[in-house]
Amino acid sequence: MAHFTKATSVHDWVNQRLGIDTVRRVMATEYWIPKNINFLWAMGMVLAITFALLLVSGIFLLMYYQPNIHTAFDSVNYTIMREVEFGWLWRHIHGVAASVVFLVIYIHMFTGIYYGSYKKGREMIWISGMLLFVTFSAEAFSGYMLPWGQMSYWAGMVITNIFSLGGLHANGLVEWIRGDYVPAQAFLDRFFMLHVLLLPLAIIGLIGLHFGTLRIPHVNNQDGEEIDFEAEAKKYKSGNKAGSKVIAFANDFMSKDMFVVSIFLIFFFYLVFYHYDFAMDPVNFDPADGLKTPTHIYPEWYFLWSYEILRPFSTNVGLMAFGFAQVIFFLLPFLDKSPNAVPANRRGLFAVWFWAMLIDMIVLTAMGKVPPIEPYGTVGFFAALTFIGLWIVLPIITKLEKKA
Amino acid sequence: MKNGRRGFMGKAFGAVTGVGAVASLYAMKKTWDPLPSVRSAGFTTLDMSVYKENELVVEKWRGKPIFVLKQSAEMVAKQNEADKARNIVINGSHYVVCIGLCTHLGCIPGYDNKKESFLCACHGGMYDATGMVTKAPPPRGLDIPPFKIDGNKLVLGEEGPEYKKMVENGTTLRV
Ligand code: FES
Repeated sequence: MAHFTKATSVHDWVNQRLGIDTVRRVMATEYWIPKNINFLWAMGMVLAITFALLLVSGIFLLMYYQPNIHTAFDSVNYTIMREVEFGWLWRHIHGVAASVVFLVIYIHMFTGIYYGSYKKGREMIWISGMLLFVTFSAEAFSGYMLPWGQMSYWAGMVITNIFSLGGLHANGLVEWIRGDYVPAQAFLDRFFMLHVLLLPLAIIGLIGLHFGTLRIPHVNNQDGEEIDFEAEAKKYKSGNKAGSKVIAFANDFMSKDMFVVSIFLIFFFYLVFYHYDFAMDPVNFDPADGLKTPTHIYPEWYFLWSYEILRPFSTNVGLMAFGFAQVIFFLLPFLDKSPNAVPANRRGLFAVWFWAMLIDMIVLTAMGKVPPIEPYGTVGFFAALTFIGLWIVLPIITKLEKKA
Repeated sequence: MKNGRRGFMGKAFGAVTGVGAVASLYAMKKTWDPLPSVRSAGFTTLDMSVYKENELVVEKWRGKPIFVLKQSAEMVAKQNEADKARNIVINGSHYVVCIGLCTHLGCIPGYDNKKESFLCACHGGMYDATGMVTKAPPPRGLDIPPFKIDGNKLVLGEEGPEYKKMVENGTTLRV
């Protein structure tokens, strides 16, 4: 057993038993952050805060929500919205955060792509981040089921039908997932469980992993410069704070992070109070009806691009294209053959690739929203082909790239 | 000797864990299967004498919409062999009875009785009056639910000889 002395203060008492000074050093005062990074690097903190908002508002919604196909709709739209005091606030926070979190995730992802933060030793950061993205998608989808409105029901129907795997006609699998022939009570119960327990647990675990992946390769910086973190940290600790290329995470860097977070929160609560409806689909304010399909089914905006990749093809090809879109981002560190971890604008053709990919995904998103009539179908078809094509040329153009 | 014993314990532990893991996965899989009450509630009886020609009626079976479309003599006259194979003949009248969920991703197609065709608004799939695909993306015609003819009635959920024949000659998949 360690040697314990009579504590001189509460802090000392706890510190002897839990080593809180060490924890603080490792996590904050001696966790080094490069100086030359811009506000885009604060998106991680913005996401952490948004997740906290989702968790807290979710807990309050959970106290009144009823996972039963006969009462779920009213428990949300009547009880929580009208009876529970400030119930509307939690719902609006939850709904807006669920939508905005994807906007920030996309910014976070594209920042990573632009600055090459997935390369050379940082592959695990990228992969764990993509795992988070997928888990967040499942979390969003399962949450979308819970109010049991028309879009909930039909999105559940359409998305679970994807698991019949087209030509394979795997009907048993679909019914196993649903626990019924159509989305019904068993389906609602298990998606409720996934949404409030299993997936949040997985997300929390993955957030821990994602933070952990940063420890050894350290965070990238705006110039892709390779920083000797130990040498720079020594400079900083010896008092040469101005000459060092790094600063401590807390409290130095945190102040910048928190500044960005506060700007974000102003925007966020503006949406919560004045524009919460953008995150709520009007179709979902009709109770679920298994005998009536809404005339136009579309997912939430953040899934539109991958939904549109599925749509313009025949069933089997569409499913393959969809599967491709789901996994291909994971492979980015290995498809990018260039060792240059510098911003895209200094990498020649890759800059074109980056902006083409971004624009293509915006086009896909727009096409996913409109009904399947011409000319949208054709535009969507070519945008989907462009998406696949861009991934095919990526290894080639990055191989041609000169060393920095 | 000591290492040998440790190795044995390791293997024994591995074996016990393996058996336990497989058994629990099996239990988990079974837990998610549809409940017996869900499975057994799957019968619906339709009185076929009430339907009118070329007028779509939507019934319900296992929570799914079921299209019942009585074909008129002109409609039958226009049909080819594959179309005709989908008809259920009761007392000389031709009926098309199929699950009203698009075989693409499961939206409910709408029926236009002037054009005598179904349109699935989701991704633009089309079917003719017997539920055969006329325009992709749906991979196959609307599925026909298991049925048994019982005089003037149709029992959905039970496989009669007519249904078995449809499955055998590939007119529908078994659902
Ligand atoms: S669900 Fe009918 S065409 Fe896609």
